[in-house]
Amino acid sequence: MKRVNKNRIKKDPPIKPVKQEHKQTSEAGGTFNDKVIAYRDLHIHALFSSLARMIASPFSSIMTIAVLAIAISLASCFYIVVANIHQLTGSIETSNQISLFLKEEVSDAHAKKMVENIRSNQNVQSVKLITKEQALEEFKEYSGFGDAINAIKKNPLPIVLQVLPKNSLYVKQGLDDLLKGFKQLPEVDFAQFDLQWVDRLQAIVDVAQVFASLLNSLLAAAVLFIIGNTVRLEFYSRRAEVVISKLVGATNAFIRRPFLYTGFWMGFISGVSAWFIVTILMLILRGSVERLSGLYDGTMHLLFLDFTETLFLISTSSLMGVLGAWVVLFYELKSAKS
Amino acid sequence: MIAFSNVTKRYEETGDVLRNVSFEIKRGEMAFLTGHSGAGKSTLLRLIAAMERCSRGQIIVDGEDIGLVKESQLPFIRRKMGFIYQDYKLLHDRTVFDNVALPLIIAGYGHQEVSRRVRAALEKVGLQGKEKKYPLALSGGEQQRVGIARAVVNKPPVIIADEPTGNLDPDLSAEIMNLFRQFQQVGVTILIATHDISLISQMDNRVLKLDHGQLVQS
Repeated sequence: MKRVNKNRIKKDPPIKPVKQEHKQTSEAGGTFNDKVIAYRDLHIHALFSSLARMIASPFSSIMTIAVLAIAISLASCFYIVVANIHQLTGSIETSNQISLFLKEEVSDAHAKKMVENIRSNQNVQSVKLITKEQALEEFKEYSGFGDAINAIKKNPLPIVLQVLPKNSLYVKQGLDDLLKGFKQLPEVDFAQFDLQWVDRLQAIVDVAQVFASLLNSLLAAAVLFIIGNTVRLEFYSRRAEVVISKLVGATNAFIRRPFLYTGFWMGFISGVSAWFIVTILMLILRGSVERLSGLYDGTMHLLFLDFTETLFLISTSSLMGVLGAWVVLFYELKSAKS
Repeated sequence: MIAFSNVTKRYEETGDVLRNVSFEIKRGEMAFLTGHSGAGKSTLLRLIAAMERCSRGQIIVDGEDIGLVKESQLPFIRRKMGFIYQDYKLLHDRTVFDNVALPLIIAGYGHQEVSRRVRAALEKVGLQGKEKKYPLALSGGEQQRVGIARAVVNKPPVIIADEPTGNLDPDLSAEIMNLFRQFQQVGVTILIATHDISLISQMDNRVLKLDHGQLVQS
């Protein structure tokens, strides 16, 4: 006691606050190494004491985490659904190929002549003729309706010309003009871009994706609010501690620390729980998806969350926990003067 | 050590709680702050603790103008002062040891240093062996001594006490005053707010008297 105060007396003249801080920390507990260890211990203590506090009130902790986990798992489900549809449509390549379905009365010979004419068009790279017979064979092979087709006496399929425009002609307008030209040919019954439906499906998927992102933003906001509110309640229930810590010289960072860890734990545990919820849901769904996939030559496999996505899920929810807590504490500490 | 010059504290609702208060307490001095309830004692102490800022005037603690200190630096100013309260302000869910250790932990002391200093402070106030007890298991006098140990554990040059004996009987009050005198003897500056006239009269110390926000005796 005596020694310290003698030192104080020597240091009497005013010292700027910044220097003061330095003096404080250099006084505090020996070497730099000791301070680093003390600082680390503070964090470790805050990490575990906040977890212990959550465990001490299991009922409310579980309720809060359940709500958070459900919100996060909903967001993950949206993501997985979109990812799966993407996978489905992504396997079908879009092309600019145009199919010309010829009228029934057009003969094979006339169709061959048409192929020559179209081939001479400078915007066309190649033309392929599919006769009625070829079309029927193909249909029997792939559709699985072979027996039904056999029962029909007359071949109902038209002659088809598959026109592949030149690659240089990727401008939409040029393609549309070409299609319009084909539609005006008297022999042509019906002309369309192949796989136009894929484009449409993809547009629908894009809409779904945007919609899912919007919903996910809402869910993220909900998570932030729930965590923020929980931390706020915790802050109020520990108000005495906050005030006393402040009186004995705690910085805002010190006061904030245990609450930030509470936010972290809530986010982290909710993220992990959400992962389990999603995985269980997917396991339940897998059977029926695989049956569906079997009906479509098994081209579809249910996508789960992979390692990076799992990591992203858990780190994002932990981060949101910290963020939600931080925002609330920022305002609470600003408004709370003791 | 503590200097007020023309300090006024005004609240929107109640008007001036302190008006033109000027005084200086020298290093190593022990002084009483007295006055009727509502005279502004607590407000004056809160201004020293920088829990509130004054409306006008200048407050200097240990050579620093508190009014000019940035918000983020205030905690470091508070670490130079030990505060003692009538209601002790102890954390009931923590042991005596943890309560006393709080200022040291906040200041970033290492584990061993904390342990050593807490034990020394508890010994000083006569509470050795009670480290593991919880505050509510102690008597009022003992709880106040835990509060005092917490205030001095960081070896601050200034001790501020707000009605430290308000809840204690005369014998215990005398004991607490004795402790304060010991701290004063090693050079600590002490300001004690109290309206316990008998206590003040027993001791031969300077008395600052507030009346309706104005200093009438200093």
